[in-house]
Amino acid sequence: MKAHASEGERSGGGSGKFPVTRWSAIVAARSADPAERACALEAIVAAYWKPIYKYVRIRWNKPNEDAEDLTQDFFARLIEKGTLADFDPAKARLRTFLRVCTDHFVANEAKAAKRLKRGGDAIHLSLDFAAAELELERGTPALPATVSPERIDEFIEKEFIRNLFGLSVQELRRFCESHGKQIHFRLFEIYDLEDDEQKRAGYAELARQFGVAVTDVTNYLAFARREFRRIALEKLREMTASDEEFRREARALLGVESK
Amino acid sequence: MNWLSDEAISRLREGGSLPDVSGTRYRLVERIGSGGMGVVYLAEDSVLERRVALKILDVPDMTGAADALSERLLREAKIRARLEHPGIVPVHDSGALADGRVFYAMKYVEGKRLDQLVEWPPVDGPAGDSLSDRLRIFQRICDAVGFAHARGVLHRDLKPENIMTGPFGEVLVMDWGIAKILGSATARGTPPVQQSATESRMAQSKSTAHGTVLGTRGYMSPEQARGEVEKLDARADIFSLGGILAFLLGDAQRTPRAVAAIARKAMEAEPSDRYGSVSDLALDVAHYVDGLPVSAYPENIFQKAARWASRYRVAIVLVLTYLVVRGLLILFLHP
Repeated sequence: MKAHASEGERSGGGSGKFPVTRWSAIVAARSADPAERACALEAIVAAYWKPIYKYVRIRWNKPNEDAEDLTQDFFARLIEKGTLADFDPAKARLRTFLRVCTDHFVANEAKAAKRLKRGGDAIHLSLDFAAAELELERGTPALPATVSPERIDEFIEKEFIRNLFGLSVQELRRFCESHGKQIHFRLFEIYDLEDDEQKRAGYAELARQFGVAVTDVTNYLAFARREFRRIALEKLREMTASDEEFRREARALLGVESK
Repeated sequence: MNWLSDEAISRLREGGSLPDVSGTRYRLVERIGSGGMGVVYLAEDSVLERRVALKILDVPDMTGAADALSERLLREAKIRARLEHPGIVPVHDSGALADGRVFYAMKYVEGKRLDQLVEWPPVDGPAGDSLSDRLRIFQRICDAVGFAHARGVLHRDLKPENIMTGPFGEVLVMDWGIAKILGSATARGTPPVQQSATESRMAQSKSTAHGTVLGTRGYMSPEQARGEVEKLDARADIFSLGGILAFLLGDAQRTPRAVAAIARKAMEAEPSDRYGSVSDLALDVAHYVDGLPVSAYPENIFQKAARWASRYRVAIVLVLTYLVVRGLLILFLHP
């Protein structure tokens, strides 16, 4: 059995197209329908493989080749063994569950050593490890040698959000291109995503650069942010198992905490 | 995919958390609070050039629970709109933002929440915040809640955090988000607010879409805590009012027994042992303030005498003074 992500998903994209009645990938991952299940697992892998890879690299201090193998094998087994069936959303968040599973998997890796013996029919996921490695080099803060459990979860959460937002930006780009709103995306890219202060420009400068009115810049940016928010929340929704969990996660994601 | 720095993520989170009010008459000023399902912002109404408070759903209108939440927020706006009373914040407008989130606009109230206002023990004197000041506040709360009951609305989440006190003595009952419409009690000339799907679900289950019992522990009546939604009536709010009264009284050892008995009666475990209506409760408090007997506290002869003496102490002092002066005059003028 082979499960390949499409080229567009190599860098982390996931179509996540399952019936709207199964808006949660976690729920759909337990479906009796193999196609729906595969689609849901693809979405989960897309959302979590990078955080898990970075976690293995940093927390377990593994060289990149080993971390690649471990990440690859971890998700392959997740699919093969149906590990997600053991996940209880009432007890923990999915990323905590995956982190604990990763710890068990890596700890037992030496004992098992079956990874090396896996046959040609094993699942192979097409994951862009080079991009993940580049991200690590560019600025993921290294954790100290000994870290508290709180900081581990904080790290995973931060990387999960980074990956989720990254996927959302990608989808926003596709959405804007397919709707003839390239300017909207470019403005969003420059104003909200660009870190180089010299490249980031004010509304007036952006209006001059793109030959539009300043009010247009305001409206185009509002559109792009609105769509980004919609996409990010849809993706988050896929990764939650209940309405309550979704609301809690959405609040945390967008910084809208209850008093 | 471009790598997103921590700074870019912060900008995206900040941008994503703010409601998109483009296309409306409102301009956001600042966030001033949040509740179970919405965030409240101070905003400028650009048409009428005044400040308003916008309550906006914090999660967009998707399917499932979010739909129910939109429904609840709009329903809250409708309930508040039908409760035109000086003790209830008026609603000006409602609608949906471009990003799908439902909102309503209401009067912006500057003031303090009751839980932030009071200090213990109550201080008698010109600065206010004496026990009688607090009881006057409590009577105003009872007025607003009694009015809502007369209009067929139970608040169901009365607590000090949901009471605002304004700088000019205003007392306002806030947050009608989980209010319940009583089945048969509709006010004269007021169209009923429809029982929503959420309300129906709530009637069947003790849990909301959030999976929690509606209300706040400590101020919630036992029947409400048990999730007996269909059994709730005015006495559930009376229990919560008793909790607010107890909060206002503070230290039990310093509290006069009669007024403590009023709070206890309001908070009886059995609804049938509580006051039958908010006006009965308010009347007992008014009696206490006026030095009259209260129904919750049967007095013996000595207590009656003490209360009578306390109520008429000025007259008693005047009469005694007169008698003493008269006696002295008789003594000195007719030796």
